[in-house]
Amino acid sequence: MFSDVTILFSDIRGLTPDVPVWLPRVMFDLYVLCLFYYYKFKIEREENLNFTDLLWQVFATGLVATVISLGLRLILFLLGDTALATNIIFSDVVYQINLALFLSFLLAAYTSWKRLILYQKSKWLIRLWRVFEFTLLFALLYDSLNTTLNGTLGTVIAVALGVLGLILSANMKWVAYLNFKQKWTSLLLLLLAFFYLGYFFYTVTRLSDFISIQSTSFLDFRSHTFSLSIFGFVIVYSLFSFLVILFNLPTSSVFEQKLEEVVNYQRISQSIQTEQSEESVYNILLESSVSSVFADAAWLEIRSAAEEDKLYTYGITEQEAHAIRNHLASNNVKGILDQSVDKTKNLSRHLGSLKGARFRSLLSFPIMVKGESIGTLAILKELPEGFNKEMTRVVSTFANQAGISIENFRLLAEAFQNERYKEELKIAKMVQKSLLPEKLESGEGYEIAAFSQSADEVGGDYYDAFKINEHKNALIIADVSGKGTTAAFHMSQMKGIFHSLAQQELEPSEFMVRANNALAHCLERGSFISAIYFVIDTKEKTITYCRAGHCPVLYYRESSNAAEYLQDKGAALGMVKNSSYCKMIEVNQVKYKQGDIMLLYTDGITEASDPKGEEFGYEKLQSILIELRKKDAGEIQDGLISRLYEYTGTRNINDDYTTMIVKFK
Amino acid sequence: MVQIKRLQEDGIDTLAIIGEIDASSSIELDLSIAKSVGEGYKKILVDCGSLEYISSAGLGVFMSYIEEFSDKGICMVMFGLNEKVANNFSILGLSDLLHIRATKEEAKQLINELSI
Repeated sequence: MFSDVTILFSDIRGLTPDVPVWLPRVMFDLYVLCLFYYYKFKIEREENLNFTDLLWQVFATGLVATVISLGLRLILFLLGDTALATNIIFSDVVYQINLALFLSFLLAAYTSWKRLILYQKSKWLIRLWRVFEFTLLFALLYDSLNTTLNGTLGTVIAVALGVLGLILSANMKWVAYLNFKQKWTSLLLLLLAFFYLGYFFYTVTRLSDFISIQSTSFLDFRSHTFSLSIFGFVIVYSLFSFLVILFNLPTSSVFEQKLEEVVNYQRISQSIQTEQSEESVYNILLESSVSSVFADAAWLEIRSAAEEDKLYTYGITEQEAHAIRNHLASNNVKGILDQSVDKTKNLSRHLGSLKGARFRSLLSFPIMVKGESIGTLAILKELPEGFNKEMTRVVSTFANQAGISIENFRLLAEAFQNERYKEELKIAKMVQKSLLPEKLESGEGYEIAAFSQSADEVGGDYYDAFKINEHKNALIIADVSGKGTTAAFHMSQMKGIFHSLAQQELEPSEFMVRANNALAHCLERGSFISAIYFVIDTKEKTITYCRAGHCPVLYYRESSNAAEYLQDKGAALGMVKNSSYCKMIEVNQVKYKQGDIMLLYTDGITEASDPKGEEFGYEKLQSILIELRKKDAGEIQDGLISRLYEYTGTRNINDDYTTMIVKFK
Repeated sequence: MVQIKRLQEDGIDTLAIIGEIDASSSIELDLSIAKSVGEGYKKILVDCGSLEYISSAGLGVFMSYIEEFSDKGICMVMFGLNEKVANNFSILGLSDLLHIRATKEEAKQLINELSI
């Protein structure tokens, strides 16, 4: 592109009228626009450039441009005073090349500065930048039309650009993000950029001076508002940047410190996800606190109820820590590092009297979890009066965050534990389900159905059947007092008792006496089991039973078409531990006929309440049985349970509930 | 929820149970009886006039003292049970093991007779 320009220009020198006068200017504009878009794509689109990279790019462009320009200079030097060297056309070529290089450098710098200025954008800033850019474009076009520098419009444009440039140059926020090293690098790079700018300005000015002595019909950049403006802008912004960076150098360590604090803060708060134990949270807290306030040592004392207090140290031995603790304790400094303290304390003045200690400053912070102090953080410095308010605030924030992290950690551990318990309960539920018979042994002449549901994962209701011999079957329904895990354990004991006693063909009363004897020593104080034990004799068509404190049997007689509760007496198992139990129970016998129904249940059914607190009750049970009498056992059971749910309005009944239905055929 | 009020007169400790006794509130009942026993009362009246419901755990509390009372010669008489509560006692067979009366006067009379 610039070779085109130069050729054209050199042509103009010799053969002025051959090409139109406006052509070089248009070519110049095109060149500028091409450069503009080239850098726009090269620099603006690059995502991963940091500030020093940007400055480096400007520097590199400048370096290449300068090397080329110096190369030309060398050629000129080698040519010496030959005709070619003094030839105006050749000079113009050299001038044009230099100008092109200069512009290329300026535009590279311009694009980079744009990125720096727009680092923290605001709507207002973007608008202002657009105005600036369009004014520059306008200046470029204006230059192409008008050759005179002294035009009023030109001055207006130049002034406008100057003002805009100055306002934009005030945007230096990026400087704050440089660290100390980057600031030095930036200063160096900017200094070199100044050098290039100076060099090119000098070279181009000298060349144009040289040419203008002989001819005025060439493209003098000095009459160009655009070139001057962009040069001015680049110089001003570079100068501002240089000065701002320079003056920011002494405070950069503070900024870095703040940044480190943020990082440390994040480390503590994220430790919950990444770390495996509270211990790592403590260690991070120690390190972060020490590095954030330039302390020399620190220790962390964690109190725990179960174990001995734990001491974590950093840059100090446990002996030293204990020595300081004891010293403070012996000097009767109230509420110091003892765990009850709930405020940050500066204890430096107490250290002065401790002989042989390296430390002269001491700060202590409580670590709070759920409003309770679980430990103390002590920060030490060898300098006297080593802590200022800001440092206290920072460490106190760390201590708070550590407290939150530890709390979260404990909650998480608790949640894991709970999950494990749930799993265990699930297994218990499965095991218990297997304790209840999947299919009940039914005898000849009757059918049997049963249903049981626990309020919690496991419950204390039990039912079972056992074939004693060809025409005798044993049945049991039992309810352990209370519910939940304890009840479930006793329920499994009851199963063992039933299976071992039922096969001995015992009289129902004997069964209860022996069961009571067995349970008397197993059940804890206040626990008991209510049960009814039946022996159904299909040959004699009799039911012999003994009730031990269980809900009375509801018996439907087809002959009278009525359901009644069988009245008898009997104390629950486990209530009386001595031999007098046999007097508290009685054996009853019922002769059954075809169509009779025996409904057994636990108090979970009769005591199930509706939303108003009204109990399901015995009468309702009675009427439901009469209503469903024609159906078979399974259907009666389903009907009863669905009526129960209808009544309570929920399936989550507050107690274990079980029903067993025997229908005689 | 349950509230248990104790009142001592003429060497008789009266426990008035107000509310419902379920698995959790049965502990409170247990504590009250234990306290009365611990203070050396030989005559204990239990006023169940305001006892609305008692679960098996609550019944278990009364049951658990039967042997201790007979060993120590303590008399406990309950009165004022509503139908539902009384039914719970009788189903379990506790009405034969405990002394239950309808009114306070009857209960007092019984307790005085028993402790002679």
